[in-house]
Amino acid sequence: MIKLFCYCVIAICFTTNVMAQDCTYTFKGKIIDFHNNTPIYGASVQIKNLNKYTSTNQKGEFEFKNLCKGELVIEVQHIACETKNSTITINQNLYKEILLEHHLEELNEVVVKTNFKTEATSIEQSIKKNVLEGYSDKSLGDALKNVSGVSSLNTGNTIVKPMIHGLHSSRLLIINNNVRMFDQEWGDEHAPNIDINANNSIEVIKGANTLKFGSDAIGGMILIKPKKYAIKDSLFGSTLVSFNSNGLGGNINSEIVKTYKSGFYGKIQMNYKQFGDFKAPDYYLTNSGTISKNASFRFGYNSFEKGFDAYYSYVDNEFAILQSSHIGNVNDLVNAINSQEPRVIEDFSYEITFPKQSILHHLGKIEAYKRFKGFGKLTVQYDFQINRRKEFDLRRGDLSNTPVIDLRLFTNSLQTDLRIDYSDNLKINTGILARYQQNDAVAGTGTSPLIPDYDKYVFGTYIIGNYDINESTEVSAGVRYDFSRIDAQKEYNVTDWRETYNYDELFPEFEAGEVDGTDIPTNPNFSYHNISASLGLSKQFENNMSLLVNYGLASRVPNPSELFSDGLHHSAARIEIGLLTMEKETANKFAISLEKNSDNFGFSVSPYFKHIRNYIQLIPVGITTTIRGAFPVWQYNQINAQIFGVDLDVNKKINSKFDYKGSLSLLRGDNTSEDIPLIHMPAANFSNRISYTNNALNKLKISLTHKSVLQQKRYPDYNFYTFNAIAQENVFVDISSTPPAYSLFNLNTSAVFKAFNKGSLELEFNIENLFDVSYREHLNRLRYFADELGRNFNFKIKIKY
Amino acid sequence: MKTIKLLAILFISALTLSSCSDDDHDDDDHDHEEELITTVNYTLTNGNDVITLSFVDLDGEGGSDGTYSVSGSLSANTTYTGAIELLNETEDPAEDITVEVKDEADEHEFFYSSNITGVSVAKTDTDGDGNPIGIETTLTTGDTGIGTLTIILKHEPTKPNDGTADNAGGSTDVEVTFAISVQ
Repeated sequence: MIKLFCYCVIAICFTTNVMAQDCTYTFKGKIIDFHNNTPIYGASVQIKNLNKYTSTNQKGEFEFKNLCKGELVIEVQHIACETKNSTITINQNLYKEILLEHHLEELNEVVVKTNFKTEATSIEQSIKKNVLEGYSDKSLGDALKNVSGVSSLNTGNTIVKPMIHGLHSSRLLIINNNVRMFDQEWGDEHAPNIDINANNSIEVIKGANTLKFGSDAIGGMILIKPKKYAIKDSLFGSTLVSFNSNGLGGNINSEIVKTYKSGFYGKIQMNYKQFGDFKAPDYYLTNSGTISKNASFRFGYNSFEKGFDAYYSYVDNEFAILQSSHIGNVNDLVNAINSQEPRVIEDFSYEITFPKQSILHHLGKIEAYKRFKGFGKLTVQYDFQINRRKEFDLRRGDLSNTPVIDLRLFTNSLQTDLRIDYSDNLKINTGILARYQQNDAVAGTGTSPLIPDYDKYVFGTYIIGNYDINESTEVSAGVRYDFSRIDAQKEYNVTDWRETYNYDELFPEFEAGEVDGTDIPTNPNFSYHNISASLGLSKQFENNMSLLVNYGLASRVPNPSELFSDGLHHSAARIEIGLLTMEKETANKFAISLEKNSDNFGFSVSPYFKHIRNYIQLIPVGITTTIRGAFPVWQYNQINAQIFGVDLDVNKKINSKFDYKGSLSLLRGDNTSEDIPLIHMPAANFSNRISYTNNALNKLKISLTHKSVLQQKRYPDYNFYTFNAIAQENVFVDISSTPPAYSLFNLNTSAVFKAFNKGSLELEFNIENLFDVSYREHLNRLRYFADELGRNFNFKIKIKY
Repeated sequence: MKTIKLLAILFISALTLSSCSDDDHDDDDHDHEEELITTVNYTLTNGNDVITLSFVDLDGEGGSDGTYSVSGSLSANTTYTGAIELLNETEDPAEDITVEVKDEADEHEFFYSSNITGVSVAKTDTDGDGNPIGIETTLTTGDTGIGTLTIILKHEPTKPNDGTADNAGGSTDVEVTFAISVQ
């Protein structure tokens, strides 16, 4: 049982009987439960300055007689409630309703809940602040890999896209401070623009409880949560500095928080990160550094009945992309695959040259809530995001400083959530959402845009119910409807429009003007209706065991990349083509989790199965000849897919000083339409960690972590032959074979010192890739060109004040 | 009240932000491909004997495939002066990309290779560092034969190199293969 924490709100009603004499006043009152209006029996009410006290009867009523004119210092208490004081002046008979509240979850960080879930029936895992701090100089995707079943799709080592159960990009919802991220997440090399240091904890929802935020969480949801502050006068902060030997860089992060007893709070956080060229065991990865500048501001007011929260975050990332990965045509790709080393290896440098990405993300929101007595809580939120992405490539002449891709996505949303919670057993959440997005392919790039200008409108509504059948069993069910419309302007090559894709017959209504040279202007627009649903069950057993069962129906509309992409992607040496004929994806997801949580031993076993109809994938379909030579053409197509697997976590306290933690993820993805494996599925992997902790000795902690990733033997064979004009022969292009298995070891040590009066100083020393292993990971898009990172010594100083 | 004010401020700032950046928002921003090379002309001259090898792909990558044309066959045991020309013919007048290549000569190099015995190409021009560029060449033929001539332009190759495109590194900007005959 979670420790109860109660919060008291006082509403005042005056009666009007004016008495002539002193010391004859009566103070009557009633103690009521705020959320369902029921009287509370047995609460103690004390007038401290008069040393009088009483307790409430079964109707929740109390009465003090013969009070004199003057001030009363009142204290109200209920079992396991925090004492609440208030002062009132009595100069007439007084009647007062005092409302008590048992809604723990609203009361913020005061109660430290180790296992607090978004919903009781949700299959999820969380990453806490102290773990996140270990990744302060890395990315969100790196931190998420701590969770079993989560892997990542990388472009080099700084652009890391999280993957849940093999699904990524538009199939994951990333919710940052209650705002759904829209940062052009459709691309394989578009990492989430989130500063990991700005947040407090992350929940990974693998099951189905995602309807509040969208209908399209086919893979799952990542919930990035801020910290809620206690209502008291306080000023605190922290500074974290890290330094790494690999990349000769690190970051500095500072945050300061001010809270007031009145409920107001404010926070400022800033972060600067820089790395130069990283190093694989045998060579420098020329042009692999990064510079990141981030800041976030938050302020708000928090009380039980009402409050607001305003948040703004600024993320400015510049990522260098391995110079060797820029290649001209498929023969260059063959050379890269056959060569053991990248073609460009230079000395260490902090310089970021071409190719590179430069991304700016603004996110702002304001959320306000009000609670209604005996009913529930209404929250209204407005948020906006501006995402500007520039990708620079190696270009000739005057264009070298001009991006090849320059896209700006503006998103703004208005949403409401109403939580009806007056019933003890049944809680209902319902809400509506309106969203408008505008994508602008910014002029001046000197190329035709990969993604065109478009406007997108979304309207959604949902209702979710949670019902406690008994003490140990809870069920939840929800349904959501979304309408979306996308309206784009794009110029197609007229040969492609008419002959290659036959769009002139399929979509004659999209033609928006006369052919101009080789181009035809078009106005493709699509409307979609989406229904999604979820069902959940949680059952608690003895011995701290629990069973969770989830079913989810999710559907996702094709993203702009899947509909409209049309052009050459240099780093992949391929032409990528989206199709207007794409239909929406529909997934049926089943997940079960059996969990045990006790002090000495815990585990979770979570098998899952997903069937996805019309799964959209990007696969090679042929070769086209251009003036640069031959290129493979990768086209989006739709198939039926199924993914099943199991995530296993174990933790065991060996003795008071030693802990063991292990995890295992197995996954199998199939393209059932063609009866072949699904492309880009994570391989089986497992990890073990042994930690030694000595709290008496400066909280000394030493842990050794091992992680093995096996070779992905199940992959679709999309290898092909291409003609090499110099050699006058067909050469084999092995783009499908996967790299061998690898094992990595990390060593982490940390200790905390009492540096000064109120604060602490924590020192950390870590070694990553302890044995300097050379390896390649098949889910890294640059695996054809270079090895992953070699050994890194990391040193961190954390000061809390 | 505070909340409403805040909402207003936020809304206005969002509008301002988006309208500020509206400077570069225009409804008709479909750029022409500026870096595009549509045409490769390799002209071989020996006195009055002029042979032109052309590759033309006016709509760039995607769309229709490019077309090759060779104006005639080469004579055996002859030395030709060769000149290469790269054009972007989607511009009017056509943009001469060869000039850009020459301006960045240290970052570019052409490579020529043929599978016909006796056909060899020597580069006769050099960049600022004294390394070959390959815009100007001399092509020498030997005995008669039928085969291909491949022309490759590399961006950022290793310079100097061993003269073969495969070992020069860099990324390929042009790769065209002509069917030729020596008679």
